[in-house]
Amino acid sequence: MNAIIGQPVSRVDGPAKVTGHATYAAEFDLPGLAYAAMVLATIPRGHVRSIDRAAAEAAPGVLAVMTHEDAPRLPYKQIAQRPQVDAQSGEQLHVLQDDQVRFNGEPVAVVVAETLEQAVHAAELVRVEYARSPAVTIFDAKQGRPPSEGNAKAGRVPELGRGDVEGAMREAPVQVEARYVHPREHHNAIEPHVTIAHWEGENLTLYDKTQWVDNDRKEIAHVFGMEEERIRVVSPFVGGAFGSALRTWPHVTLAVMAAKRVRRPVRLELTRRQLYMAVGFRPHSEQHLRLGADKEGRLVALEHDVIQQVGRYEEYAETALSPTSHLYQCDNLRARYRLVEMDTNSPCPMRAPGVVTGVLGLEMAMDELAAELGMDPLELRLRNYAEQDQQKGLPWSSKELRACYETAAERFGWARRKPEPRSMREGGMLIGYGMATAIYHSDRSGGSASVALTGNGMAVVRSASSDMGPGTYTSMTQVAAETLGLPVDHVRFELGDTNLPYAPVHGGSITMASLGNAVVAACRAVQTKLTSLARAAQQGPFAGLAEDAVVAREGGLGRADGSGPVVPYAELLRQHNLGWVEAEGSAQPGEETKKYSSAAFGAIFVEVRVDELLGTVRVPRMIGAYDVGRVINPKTARSQCIGGMVGGLGMALEERAEWDARFGKVMNANLAEYLVPVNADVAEMEAIFVPNDDRNFNPLGVKGLAEVAICGVAPAIANAVWHATGRRIRELPITPERLLG
Amino acid sequence: MPDPSQHFSLTLRVNGAEHRVAVDARTTLLDALRDRLHLTGTKKGCALGQCGACTVLLDGRRVVSCLMLAVMAEGRLVTTIEGLAQGGELHPVQAAFVEHDAFQCGYCTPGQIMSAVGAIREGRAGSDDEIREQMSGNLCRCGAYANIVAAVRDAAAREG
Repeated sequence: MNAIIGQPVSRVDGPAKVTGHATYAAEFDLPGLAYAAMVLATIPRGHVRSIDRAAAEAAPGVLAVMTHEDAPRLPYKQIAQRPQVDAQSGEQLHVLQDDQVRFNGEPVAVVVAETLEQAVHAAELVRVEYARSPAVTIFDAKQGRPPSEGNAKAGRVPELGRGDVEGAMREAPVQVEARYVHPREHHNAIEPHVTIAHWEGENLTLYDKTQWVDNDRKEIAHVFGMEEERIRVVSPFVGGAFGSALRTWPHVTLAVMAAKRVRRPVRLELTRRQLYMAVGFRPHSEQHLRLGADKEGRLVALEHDVIQQVGRYEEYAETALSPTSHLYQCDNLRARYRLVEMDTNSPCPMRAPGVVTGVLGLEMAMDELAAELGMDPLELRLRNYAEQDQQKGLPWSSKELRACYETAAERFGWARRKPEPRSMREGGMLIGYGMATAIYHSDRSGGSASVALTGNGMAVVRSASSDMGPGTYTSMTQVAAETLGLPVDHVRFELGDTNLPYAPVHGGSITMASLGNAVVAACRAVQTKLTSLARAAQQGPFAGLAEDAVVAREGGLGRADGSGPVVPYAELLRQHNLGWVEAEGSAQPGEETKKYSSAAFGAIFVEVRVDELLGTVRVPRMIGAYDVGRVINPKTARSQCIGGMVGGLGMALEERAEWDARFGKVMNANLAEYLVPVNADVAEMEAIFVPNDDRNFNPLGVKGLAEVAICGVAPAIANAVWHATGRRIRELPITPERLLG
Repeated sequence: MPDPSQHFSLTLRVNGAEHRVAVDARTTLLDALRDRLHLTGTKKGCALGQCGACTVLLDGRRVVSCLMLAVMAEGRLVTTIEGLAQGGELHPVQAAFVEHDAFQCGYCTPGQIMSAVGAIREGRAGSDDEIREQMSGNLCRCGAYANIVAAVRDAAAREG
């Protein structure tokens, strides 16, 4: 049989998605379903003075109005070891537990009614009076403080470095210094966050939008002081998330409370506007870089400060210093990370959290250094190529970044770039070429899967994972099909249910490196089980044979010496009068993190066309080459990469939450005013995967690719805009008013 | 002032079938499809007419069903994503979306496909630039736009 891993298999869930039959969280049809609507605070800080709920309670169809005055007091037990997806210090929002208002948009009431229209209308009838307290609603970088110990322990360190930065900087003949601003951004997955809560006695089922059903269950169990076994979370399809559905948000608790109150299943779906307050966002950041180099362009000193906004009730922090710590060779480094407390809902991970920010600053500054040196920006990267992870003092488990640079530059035609800015034109358009490096650390986590071989020749593979879009269903099907020696259409992968074997979080690009190896283990386990059965049998082709005399191959079992036929699994099951045989397998990270540093790499090259009269930037071409280890499915992998390019294009040119400091609120909380890329913004895009197979990192050889795909895109565009216009726009997004200003 | 919560009993003609349904005067066509008829293939992304996820065909033309009240659709022919495939065969646009991997999460996909079907029928999918323009009312946050253009181009050629 031909290899299945590495083939461009079309999505196995594709037909369900294109016919409208894929069921997302909001779409589970439960008898007696009632509808909830939230009332959100309209002040940034203070407390609720009074709530007049009479009109809402009297409105047609209303089943309940719940506020802090009558909501049950919930235990909010601490999780012994906070999962990485939660803020690592402070305390999560305790919803409707007191009269305090911690940010504009904190829920102050929830209304449940027979229909959605009735619930929304009644929520508008709730009259809330507030007493305002002084609020911090302006980002002041001078107020930056180090992250607390909890975050430092979780890798969000306040400081890292090596060598003597000041001494080396003094001696450096070439220096650049710059400050970059990256505004608050929102995930804006097209599917809104939604929860259906359904109590049956003491048992609770949640149909929820989540990237991690197992943790969702754990969080709600702790909030309500319940046994985890009494909760089931179901989430077979996730309509995009990009990090916003990693953790469990307060509205899930609200839905559970509301369902308990009205003794009916309740659906709470956030509106598009509410999504800007009720879930997290990528925090506003400012960064300051100083680069010192010798005349040959070798970095001798590197200083990088990143300052980000954070909420005040809990502390979410990012690994923004990670790229600077190891992307380039440099003996003298000092990087600092600071947080500015503001009265806002808490930020949270958004695709390549922290890293995309750190890469942005570093890669824009490297372009400025190249210009200062009069050196080709690609040549500068090559002269500072990091042959090992200098900060950790470890070799890379694999690194094919040089091949990425070469391949993408060649395909792009980088050699045609004229070094001087404003030197390339076509018609009335200024043309710019820009490039940047991408990096994202590769991680693994433990997980499990089960495989059942059935009498009809199918294999059913299960794990409580998620597929928010990368193609988990498809790629795991391929891994199982190849391991079992079955065709793809004889394997079904099931996910998104806490009744299935434990899976780690579907985020941080870890799913395949973690769970893929568990799927392999489960396939091997079921083959071993079947082999034992066949050997132990009184009769049959393998009866009484030694353990090493029987091997699994080509969708069945055969003799190790190659004699005799291969007997398909289904036939063996029939011979032994079995309906199915099932086994579980798991995979855990090993010693590799002690021996190696692992990361995915990329090189992004873009062309921009700038209309100087209008200040508009178009991006006709983007080409990326990536080292993501082994590629399970080049079709879906390419989709992730071009999706990352589109996300990076939005970051560079369009996305920005407009913040009203008077109210501590996002003003453009909708998809017409918060701009995201549309089809007409996008032209030619190409993703190339350089060959690699990182067995040092994990047996499957994959490194993960969702996050690295967005890193480096925005700085490549900003650098290209400089090349086109001679203007360094150091505050994103690069809008016409900034280019004309 | 009329009671906003007044209920109307009406007949919706969706995908060739007639559905008798009682709706609130405020019920959008989108919510009627999803919550009353349980045709959840039509997606709610913003409910503000901004993202296109709820696109359906009304008398053969593209509309965002979140900006239309259910009562306004009475007597009109509504086609949703569930009405495209015939006899178990995917519609050419649906097949092209799978073939070209024109989606990731799949949530905007039904709206994208309905827009593409409408644009092709209207003869507005003649070039890549025209497809990009016609499809720009449908947001895809996973960023599958390049594949969407390829899928629509391919399906338009096949339907030719």
